[in-house]
Amino acid sequence: MSEYSVIGKRVHRVDGPEKVTGSAKYTFDLVLPGMLYGKVLRSPHPHAKILKIDTRKAKRLVGVKAVVTGKDTLGHKQGIWRRFPELCDEEILCREKVRYIGDPVAAVAAIDEDTAEEALDLIDVEYEPLPAVFDPLEAIKEDAPQVHDGIELNININRHIEWGDVDEAFKKCDHIREDQFKCSSQAHVCMETHDAVVSYDYGGKMTVWTSTQSSYYIQRLMADMTGLREGDIRVIKPPTGGGFGSKFELDSAQFCAAILSMKLCKPVKIVLSREEEFTATKRRTPMYYFLKLGAKKDGTLLAKEARVITEGGAYTAMGATALYLTGFFSSFPYKYPNYRYDGYRVYTNTAVTSAMRGFGAPQSTFVGESQLDMMAEDLGIDPIEIRRKNGMTPNYEVPGQAFIQSCGLHQCLDKIEEHVKERGKLPPNHGIGVSAYGFMSGGIFNWFDTPYAFSAAVVRINIDGKVDLFTGACDIGQGSDTTLSMICAEELGVKLEDIRIHAADTGICPPDLGAWGSRETLMNGNAVKRAAAECKRQLLEFAAAKMAPNIAYDFDIKDRWVHLVDRPERGVSYFDIVKEAIRGKDGNAIMGRGHYTPHRKGMISPAYSFGVQAAEVAVDTETGRYKLVNVTTAHESGTVINPVGIEGQLEGAIMMAGGYGFCEDQPMDEGKILNPSIADYKLIRSLDMPETDILEIDTYEPEGPFGAKEAGEGLTNPTAGAIGNAVYKAVGVRINDLPITPEKVLKALKEKEKKKK
Amino acid sequence: MKKELKLKVNGQPYDIFVKPKTLLVEALRDHLALTGTKRGCNSSSCGACTIMLNGMAVKSCSILALQANGAEIVTIEGLAKGTELSPLQKAFLDHGSYQCGFCTAGMLMATTALLTENPKPTKQEIKEGIDGNICRCTGYNSIIRAVTAVVKGEYKEAK
Repeated sequence: MSEYSVIGKRVHRVDGPEKVTGSAKYTFDLVLPGMLYGKVLRSPHPHAKILKIDTRKAKRLVGVKAVVTGKDTLGHKQGIWRRFPELCDEEILCREKVRYIGDPVAAVAAIDEDTAEEALDLIDVEYEPLPAVFDPLEAIKEDAPQVHDGIELNININRHIEWGDVDEAFKKCDHIREDQFKCSSQAHVCMETHDAVVSYDYGGKMTVWTSTQSSYYIQRLMADMTGLREGDIRVIKPPTGGGFGSKFELDSAQFCAAILSMKLCKPVKIVLSREEEFTATKRRTPMYYFLKLGAKKDGTLLAKEARVITEGGAYTAMGATALYLTGFFSSFPYKYPNYRYDGYRVYTNTAVTSAMRGFGAPQSTFVGESQLDMMAEDLGIDPIEIRRKNGMTPNYEVPGQAFIQSCGLHQCLDKIEEHVKERGKLPPNHGIGVSAYGFMSGGIFNWFDTPYAFSAAVVRINIDGKVDLFTGACDIGQGSDTTLSMICAEELGVKLEDIRIHAADTGICPPDLGAWGSRETLMNGNAVKRAAAECKRQLLEFAAAKMAPNIAYDFDIKDRWVHLVDRPERGVSYFDIVKEAIRGKDGNAIMGRGHYTPHRKGMISPAYSFGVQAAEVAVDTETGRYKLVNVTTAHESGTVINPVGIEGQLEGAIMMAGGYGFCEDQPMDEGKILNPSIADYKLIRSLDMPETDILEIDTYEPEGPFGAKEAGEGLTNPTAGAIGNAVYKAVGVRINDLPITPEKVLKALKEKEKKKK
Repeated sequence: MKKELKLKVNGQPYDIFVKPKTLLVEALRDHLALTGTKRGCNSSSCGACTIMLNGMAVKSCSILALQANGAEIVTIEGLAKGTELSPLQKAFLDHGSYQCGFCTAGMLMATTALLTENPKPTKQEIKEGIDGNICRCTGYNSIIRAVTAVVKGEYKEAK
């Protein structure tokens, strides 16, 4: 394969100049003429009947333009699992019952935020509090309060995955371990909170500017909830201040602004406060994990059984997918001949749990990698060796589930083994823990029930050779606009600066399912590559007609040079060919369309990335406090399209996933989140951030554009497990519930001390 | 009752009237339309609203606009000279020191203030300089690398 001109190069992001000068305009910054400001009134009760809502006083406040409640809606219930109506269970503006502290009951539009805020205090809501349930293990008891009527034992959804003969296999094992774990919640903490500006006009058309991971999903869900036609709703995603899984469902900012705007035919803006962001948007799914693992003496893993009960919170959201994926990724990245998973998602009267970067896999990786280290120790086998013995390899089929083509897990293990050796003998109370992982490059499932291709793109070439790339892909900060522009430029044979991307505007871009499940590089990348290839094909027809009497000659374009493949010095300028081609087509623009939907790629994903991470910690045995010294990751994500982007994804994942292991948590009292502020919700700041080293492994994924696959979420999976294993190596205590706080470490150290005596 | 507020922002004098409760960040964003400065928390915990006030990094949600009366303020919009980016802005571009970009204004202002005060900070001092600023995307290390490159003189100030 020839050397690439664009991909693999260190480039500036296409949105870079705007972002470093403060000129990028986020939804948060938008102001439209005549715009009103909205606020949302939320339930103070975890579970209550709404008896009466009196909005008269609020409506009389000077400056208030509208007050809406559930009665102003169609009363539809929304959910992202649209294929299963029983899982569409969220009204957004509740009509009869509230199910968590933060459930919206009314919304106000006023001339400014202060007036809207004041009006909220004037709305009288009469509630009849109902018994509530907060812990899923309580909620599945016979006599537990019912979060949704008619749902037996509050079980929202269950998932079963099985292959081989698990019970028979356990009989053949030399050693079996059974362990329990508890995975905590985590807040996304996007720097830009959820926000929307919605403008509904007298002509019956709606425009939505919003911070989102999927403008297409918002368009479709908004149509479901408002009764408008999909085509009458245009959703535009301006630069978006982070998503991490929290921004691809219809949220209260978008929906309430829409209902208010429809009442007034004026633009309405709603920005959630940081407290609302913590308490009334979605969060990572907490899980109780019960694991049984069986092995032969030599470390061969014969069977694994995982049982999971998740805290669902009040509604389904994307939690159903997290339930499935945690079960699937519980088998990762190993070749279990026999595997069984049973997961139950349980409704509780708590804030809704849903997707967050890693999508169930950070939980399964923490528990699985912790237990595997325990198994290795029981058997007297080196942790890397047991991973090597059982790790996935290229062209491996996960029975009945997935087919893995490219896989660089073993090269990653080798690299990490070298790294650990290089660190040599560590100071006292230091330890290095290892954790291996894999993740998908986009999901195959279509619970959303879209009739469209999963990804699509249109490429149009202008007379001066500038290329407009239209794609539904959503850049939420991860850099898809840059990556897709690079793919387009490479395929078309032009420079990156020749591409202008127009993304995530449903009015002009083809639908794309959005930025979740690490899908944009592979799925939208394939669509973009195909659209660009179609344009190139049209240009090369003209080139051939112009230049080559011999039809056996092949043409290509590279660096704006249209040339014979075998004699690259013979060619013409790309700009000349574009001009001639457009004239030759009677002025019809050169346009190419491309789409991608995975077919015959199993149940989960068309491709998987892999990696191994080593975390080094230094524990203070007096206080239980520990420092993250270094996190080194060997990973492979196929061909690297955008190296600067991958470094950023990797280091950023360590901040987020390290936080999951190290400090982030959402303690609750009777359904009330106790730390709904950035001051109280502990995140890794610069002083806590470890050194981060990256060991790049080359692989090539046949299904991906130019051989690329995901590099976004998989990197969030290993860190909590690596930290847990490192703490154990350092001071010999094992913490099975996240986060691994100094208090827990200290308590465990004291118990260990006591046992010694 | 609104009160008069005189400010110099990015070299430009302004004379406006604000409510006594108006925060400096609100005056900048809502009155002067300088929306490059962001608000992430309103409780001076995230650093997205960091600006330079009389040469020091200040979280503009932590003070009232009227407390800044007569002050000289620099916001993200004032870093470039004309269309020439500042050394830190260039270094941020090269090192990919931003992703979603929502914390970037605060990060650039915090690090600009740091280098104004201490042109040769150590790595530890750079870390301390941005410890009040949350970035949920990058993991900070690319920001630290960008500042280090500027400290090493790899980027020249625009004339």
